[in-house]
Amino acid sequence: MQIGYYPGCSQEGTAKEYDKSLREILKILNVDLTEIDDWSCCGATSAHVTSHKLSLALSARNLALAEKQGMKEIFAPCAACYNRLASSKTELQNHQEQKYEIETIIEEKINNIPEIYNIVNFFQKVGKEKITEKKKTDLKNLKAACYYGCLLVRPNGINTDDSEQPDSMEEIVKATGAQTVDWNFKLECCGAAHSIARTDIVVDLSKKILDDAQKHGANVMIVACPMCHSNLDMRQKNIKSKFSDYKVIPVLYLSELIGLALGLSKKELGIDTHFIEFDLPIKNNVQEEVSA
Amino acid sequence: MSHHNTTHVRTISDDISDITSQNPELCYQCGKCSAGCPLRNYMDEAPNVVVRYIQLGLYEKALNSATIWLCAGCLTCSSRCPKNFDLAKFMDAVREIALRNGIKVKDKNILKFHKAFLRQIKNHGRSWEMGLVKDYKMTSFDLFSDVENSPKMLLDGKLNIFPHNVKGKDKIKSIFEKTEVKKCK
Repeated sequence: MQIGYYPGCSQEGTAKEYDKSLREILKILNVDLTEIDDWSCCGATSAHVTSHKLSLALSARNLALAEKQGMKEIFAPCAACYNRLASSKTELQNHQEQKYEIETIIEEKINNIPEIYNIVNFFQKVGKEKITEKKKTDLKNLKAACYYGCLLVRPNGINTDDSEQPDSMEEIVKATGAQTVDWNFKLECCGAAHSIARTDIVVDLSKKILDDAQKHGANVMIVACPMCHSNLDMRQKNIKSKFSDYKVIPVLYLSELIGLALGLSKKELGIDTHFIEFDLPIKNNVQEEVSA
Repeated sequence: MSHHNTTHVRTISDDISDITSQNPELCYQCGKCSAGCPLRNYMDEAPNVVVRYIQLGLYEKALNSATIWLCAGCLTCSSRCPKNFDLAKFMDAVREIALRNGIKVKDKNILKFHKAFLRQIKNHGRSWEMGLVKDYKMTSFDLFSDVENSPKMLLDGKLNIFPHNVKGKDKIKSIFEKTEVKKCK
């Protein structure tokens, strides 16, 4: 299988392990990623909160590049990039006049915008049974809280998942052999881009999310967004210093969890670069155990 | 919009309709957005009240609220609205108009962060965290927050010493020049 790849800026910086773990597991699952040549930032939060046209144009440039490079499908692992690209696609398709204006601004034509996949849709396409087939490590002692955050399934209708009670990520997580927990905060906002300017808000909101997951029996959080990851992982240090009785919980990207199931080490997956250090209750080599 | 007056003067509400392709009059003030807003506790006005200000022509009140800057764009409201009014998009438009009118932003550092982020994109085509942090700290004078996290991130290779410049850098710059919102004189 081959698919266009839009890594997004975080994948080259603060979320390097998200990119690294994805590339490692896709080697095992026989998926080839073709990076969009010369892709640029989607504009993220900062563009759409200051100029609607800037935001649309920055995303449209990447969609036009992908189309020009012959891509029919592109995969954007960062939930925020996915959301910007998918929302811009809808807007360009539904408003012809706006499309013409954006084409003039970016000096590119847009005709057939590729299909855009987030990480959950992407693994649905790869096939969750492929993960189960190649599983090497027993993850049954992991109780995962799947955290969708804001941008994976909203706004309502962006994809086929439900925007109030999604369960697509749980399906992928179960394919790794891990358990999932039912909890209330899978879609609550972590404060997102306020992380630096209003850390106080992010600490409050992230604590509510992490507390609810643990109250419902989770021993690991699974995320699909570099922003969510840095707020839930890095900001646990701030939470701990504000609330001394707070118990920390590991936060993994979905790709890292799949990598563990496929027998890759924490180092190979870049998990050693997280702020929260931890040992997971997992056993290696299911095969050996069965044959023993 | 139904305007009985044939000599209708363009209003901020019309500008919002243009930017968002939806009419603020759609909102019938049920308050479901504000009830589920995760940032409501930090705002001065409830989100539906900001919409009401626009509907009533009380533009100054809407443009001067801290609410428009605290909205994190989480889309909870947009997904739940019984009238399919995209409130997050409405908030984007109100902010844009506030910038155009040179309104003094109540939560200054939030805007300073966005501006510092966008300067990286304008100059390099992709985000560059090291440049962003330096730029934000210089403009906000918030010099000491988060410094304890930098050594680990540097060691893990997550903070790039140099930016990556895209080949189409000049094109990105020209996109910015054509679309950036500037203060009206």
